[in-house]
Amino acid sequence: MTGCAWLKAGLCALVAAPFISGLPMWAQPTPDLAALDAAVKSAQSSGDNAWMLTSSALVLMMTGPGLALFYGGLVRKKNILATMMQSFAMMALITVLWAVVGYSLAFGEGSVFIGGLRYLFLSGVDTAPNGDYAATIPQLTFMVYQLMFAIITPALITGAFAERMKFSAMLLFMTLWALFVYFPMAHMVWGKGGLLNAFLGGKIPCFDFAGGTVVHITSGVSALVCALYLGKRVGFPSLPMKPHSMVLSFIGASLLWVGWFGFNAGSALGSSGLASSAFVATHFAAAAAALSWTLAEWIKVGKPSILGGISGCVAGLVAITPASGFVKPMPALLIGFSAGFFCFLMVTWVKAKFGYDDSLDAFGVHGAGGTLGALLTGVFATNAINNALKDSSGNPAALGWVDGNAGQVVNQAIGCVIAWGLAIVGTLIILKVCDLLIGLRVTEDEEEEGLDLSLHGEEGYVME
Amino acid sequence: MTKVEAIIQPAKLQAVKDALVELGIEGMTVSDVRGHGRQKGHTEQYRGREYTVDLLPKVKLEIVLPDDRVEATINGILRTASSGKIGDGKIFLYKVDEAIRIRNQERGASAL
Repeated sequence: MTGCAWLKAGLCALVAAPFISGLPMWAQPTPDLAALDAAVKSAQSSGDNAWMLTSSALVLMMTGPGLALFYGGLVRKKNILATMMQSFAMMALITVLWAVVGYSLAFGEGSVFIGGLRYLFLSGVDTAPNGDYAATIPQLTFMVYQLMFAIITPALITGAFAERMKFSAMLLFMTLWALFVYFPMAHMVWGKGGLLNAFLGGKIPCFDFAGGTVVHITSGVSALVCALYLGKRVGFPSLPMKPHSMVLSFIGASLLWVGWFGFNAGSALGSSGLASSAFVATHFAAAAAALSWTLAEWIKVGKPSILGGISGCVAGLVAITPASGFVKPMPALLIGFSAGFFCFLMVTWVKAKFGYDDSLDAFGVHGAGGTLGALLTGVFATNAINNALKDSSGNPAALGWVDGNAGQVVNQAIGCVIAWGLAIVGTLIILKVCDLLIGLRVTEDEEEEGLDLSLHGEEGYVME
Repeated sequence: MTKVEAIIQPAKLQAVKDALVELGIEGMTVSDVRGHGRQKGHTEQYRGREYTVDLLPKVKLEIVLPDDRVEATINGILRTASSGKIGDGKIFLYKVDEAIRIRNQERGASAL
């Protein structure tokens, strides 16, 4: 070859050599798939835990100050502190109960009705995930998230016996109620092996995404039992008992609406697409229900009130609770819209007709709204939104009527009946026990003076 | 000495006070009260339950004056507190036995 050709060949060889030899600076590193997988999982876990801790905080906020203000504004001025104290006391009392034995009874494995003592004193509950419930977050997070639900559920009941129950009796009642009604119901619907747990081997598969039966039906129906057992407030219904501050109630209701995103979207147990879906369904139902209650009130009474608006939005939030992670956005609007009307009727017409003093409409909104929502979940639940349940061939199972599984409505009804039954029987027995032990109701003089002064020695508003 | 007690619409308070100040009246006591004469109240409703509110918010002014200033004061109040509608309020006159200034125990009309 000529010298020129040698030069060209040499240059080519020089340029080609690195590619042929596979020098590190030219070649791609061989991917370490296991490390990559771990990194992705860690990122997902991080996102999930961040959302779940946030959700836990949001749900606690629903109790304090959400519910405390909502209920507080609706009672007479002389009872504002006592009413808020009832919610606040649950934040303290239920936390201790949950830590010691509650989490174990609800989420430990046991029978179909109640968990065991595996997690007594939270033994074994640490940062490692519990694969049965939430595989991407520490079990501590899951435990504390569920705790917030256990706190708000008894707090809801206080609305029924507002302005007339002894604080000591309420503490005893709530302790027993948590142990014998809430922990079993939570176990049956959400615990491993629970009777109604569609996702973890329940014999009667019920869909309750965030607690329509566990939280709202149990508390709402128990509230009715309490209202009937304790009797009406002195002077009810002839004496005027107007909300002393709709301002406080409005603030409380707004905190409930925002907090509910933690309640429902957090029940996805991760920051997933399902959480987005539940978030949207929740918001849409609240809005639709606020409109329908307002509309019903406008027609029936002549003027739309803010009390009607916020009552409506809460009714919608209650009804969408069991459905939130199962239904599409349009059905969420429908569920909210119907809940607004239905609860409006319960609170204005049914209550007046039967004359019970469910002071703050815990039954009318939570008991009735929760039942409606649970049943409608059987109608609108679809695997297009939630594909966690698999059939025998491993495909996403048909969920509700819209998926072709009309029988789900029957399962939902059974779940409702069990919730109603447990609430009625459990509450009656517990009320009787507390009444015999320490008496439930304050004296007429104490009720007249106002519970802030008579039970707590404080005044809510000191205008000096 | 005479006490002039005027129960007026809350919206008229500013105008009445301005008139009294113009007349040189320096002392008065104002309180928020509720009441009604022939004026009808209104109804409120909360979750379907109706409440009739017939005690309406009013403002009560109490002014103790030497007798020779009473007529001018009454005219000042009538001029500014009246709207011609039911609910305008009323003026009552009372005889005052004694007036005492707490600061220096002064008595009589000079204590006003």
